[in-house]
Amino acid sequence: MAINTAGTMTPKRPAGTLYRGREGMWSWVLHRITGVAIFFFLLVHILDTSMVRISPEAYNAVISTYQNPIMGLGETALVAAIVYHAFNGIRIILIDLWSKGAKYQRVMFWVVMGLWVITMLGFAPRHLINVFSHVGGA
Amino acid sequence: MTLVADAPASGPAPEAPIEAFTVTLIIRRFDPDVDDEPRWQDFDVQMFATDRILDALHKIKWEQDGSLTFRRSCAHGICGSDAMRINGRNRLACKTLIKDLDITKPIYVEAIKGLPLEKDLIVDMEPFFASYREVQPFLQSATEPPKDKERIQSVADRARFDDTTKCILCAACTSSCPVFWTDGQYFGPAAIVNAHRFIFDSRDEAASTRLDILNDKEGVWRCRTTFNCTDACPRGIQVTQAIAEVKQAIMRGKP
Ligand code: HEM
Ligand code: SF4
Ligand code: FES
Repeated sequence: MAINTAGTMTPKRPAGTLYRGREGMWSWVLHRITGVAIFFFLLVHILDTSMVRISPEAYNAVISTYQNPIMGLGETALVAAIVYHAFNGIRIILIDLWSKGAKYQRVMFWVVMGLWVITMLGFAPRHLINVFSHVGGA
Repeated sequence: MTLVADAPASGPAPEAPIEAFTVTLIIRRFDPDVDDEPRWQDFDVQMFATDRILDALHKIKWEQDGSLTFRRSCAHGICGSDAMRINGRNRLACKTLIKDLDITKPIYVEAIKGLPLEKDLIVDMEPFFASYREVQPFLQSATEPPKDKERIQSVADRARFDDTTKCILCAACTSSCPVFWTDGQYFGPAAIVNAHRFIFDSRDEAASTRLDILNDKEGVWRCRTTFNCTDACPRGIQVTQAIAEVKQAIMRGKP
């Protein structure tokens, strides 16, 4: 018969379980993370570009600090984030404005992922070869 | 079959052996009189594959721990009392069959999120109903119906809002919404669904009032299209679709 084993194998996250949303929820989580990440990049990017107003030397000094493999990987991540955000942004616009958008949202999410993979396959190898062929000089 | 919980749980009947399983439920308990914060408690119950989570909760309450507190009324998916989070997703306990869950692992049961927790699986539904009332969910018309007759509506006009008439106000959608969890002021999907039901009703004349109400900062524009509401709705209502239709109606300025 039913045995009350209360208190023997219990707690885990007293705050409650993580909601198990599907494609829609995770696509939104990623959209927000990438959106905020792009925002902070743009902030820095406006600052470094504005160095050119001080002097070309100052600008070059700042930009040259970016030319190392760590920054090269960072640039790959940035492009990955922008590409996802842009494609998924179009998906969200279609959900809101196209009469069949909500019906096909799941399909459109996988199309976004497919386009993202294709775009990154085109970009990442070229970019990384470029970055790492300059390692240790040049 | 669904009434099996009432039968004595002593071994399978000789003529029709039905296999019973030991199912472990881990329930998030909270008693405001003794607990500072919620705690998880596990229970083992004998269940048949055709039983539902509601039957398991009944068995626990009737045979193991009478203090377990939850709401239910119809037990058949109509009254909307027993929305709860089962294995991380909002569902009605009375429509969740044991056979559709993986019982090799414990089943997690907790209250819906985003509304004030009162006791065990019960939350305060008042903020939810307040949002519902705010969208004026009743027919409004300045014109009299034809004498001694109902207000006539074509089949196509009736079909326009058919989906959103099915709502049972269970709050599974609203309490699955990440926007609602962090912003309790947001009207939430259920209120928008019930506004949709009247906005697109050809007999109603207050659509523009409701569109104004939902054009609010805490209205439809809070929706981030996560589709948690659509996935959670036990009535299969295309909730996100309905919200998108209201967004478009606001932009158009008419239904
Ligand atoms: C490449 C073109 C872009 C497109 C097509 C796009 C599209 C969108 C769309 C449609 C939304 C609304 C999301 C929703 O309703 O849930 C959004 C949100 C957002 N975007 Fe973009 N965006 C783009 C570029 C950017 C850039 C450059 C930034 C950074 C400055 C950015 C930051 C954000 C942020 C922070 C959000 C809020 C996310 C949220 O509320 O969940 N986006 N974007
Ligand atoms: S729309 Fe569906 S999930 Fe939301 S309250 Fe109505 S029946 Fe429940
Ligand atoms: S008890 Fe009525 S809907 Fe589940």
